[in-house]
Amino acid sequence: MPVVKSLEDLKRLKEEALAKRMARTTTGRAQITVAMGTCGIAAGARDTMKAILEVIEQENLTGVVVTQTGCIGLCEWEPIVQVVVGDEPKVTYGKVSPERARQIMREHVQGGRVVSEFLVPG
Amino acid sequence: MRELALHVLDIAENSVEAGATQVQITVEENTRDDRLKIVVEDNGRGMDEQLLARVTDPFVTTRTTRKVGLGIPLLKAAAEACNGSLWITSAPGQGTRLEAEFQRSHIDRMPLGDLAGTLFTLVIAYPNVHWILRYRIDHAEFIFDDEPIKKELQDIPLTEPFVLAFIREYLQRGISNVQEALASPELAHT
Repeated sequence: MPVVKSLEDLKRLKEEALAKRMARTTTGRAQITVAMGTCGIAAGARDTMKAILEVIEQENLTGVVVTQTGCIGLCEWEPIVQVVVGDEPKVTYGKVSPERARQIMREHVQGGRVVSEFLVPG
Repeated sequence: MRELALHVLDIAENSVEAGATQVQITVEENTRDDRLKIVVEDNGRGMDEQLLARVTDPFVTTRTTRKVGLGIPLLKAAAEACNGSLWITSAPGQGTRLEAEFQRSHIDRMPLGDLAGTLFTLVIAYPNVHWILRYRIDHAEFIFDDEPIKKELQDIPLTEPFVLAFIREYLQRGISNVQEALASPELAHT
């Protein structure tokens, strides 16, 4: 990624990206939700989210939506990340460190395989 | 919490929960008066006097997922441990303004931490909220307003890789410019 400085750079990048997108085939969409209640934030959810966004940036993944939600009542499992790939059911991961987040991005979001060892039981 | 920037993230989450469409975050460091001030102002639904009076009590929360609310009480305790205070003004329909002040040089004052990361997270995760950051140390200032960026992008999602790179770098550079100005005093006072 080139260094960007201003809205002019953004405009240029946008046009480049739009041109590229015309050529690219559509990939399956994924939605990732990071829980950001006080419990999640204290447990490190911001850095987990940053790791997820970093992978999207580095791997140039399009069609991934990242959102947040508040405390979902499983504070002891924070940071919690939920992943929905295409039409598949929602998968809830617990104690998601930045390291685990990168693994989930690689194996589940990009590879389509649920990382069963990080699932929240129940 | 180990960083003030994590408190900022936590308090801003309250603003989103309160239905705010605009949130302005101000972090102001004054080396001459030795104060550090954090202000989070929103246009959310606000609080009535009763809730406002109880909101710094950890056993009060508007959430239903658990019985304690720790965000505001934790920040208040952190400020008071550093010769500072926390104030909240709010009224139904009028939004909420929270201000926390610290003695900047206090030994117990936690570091500001990754303010760029906090803003980055908020802007990306809540694209429907208008986010404004004002970060200032003495005379050096950085203002980030996400509206011109969103206007330029129109319907392109903020999670597009090139957009992520743009916003991340923009925030990091703006914030470190202010911090570098402090490190070289001759720049800070021009």
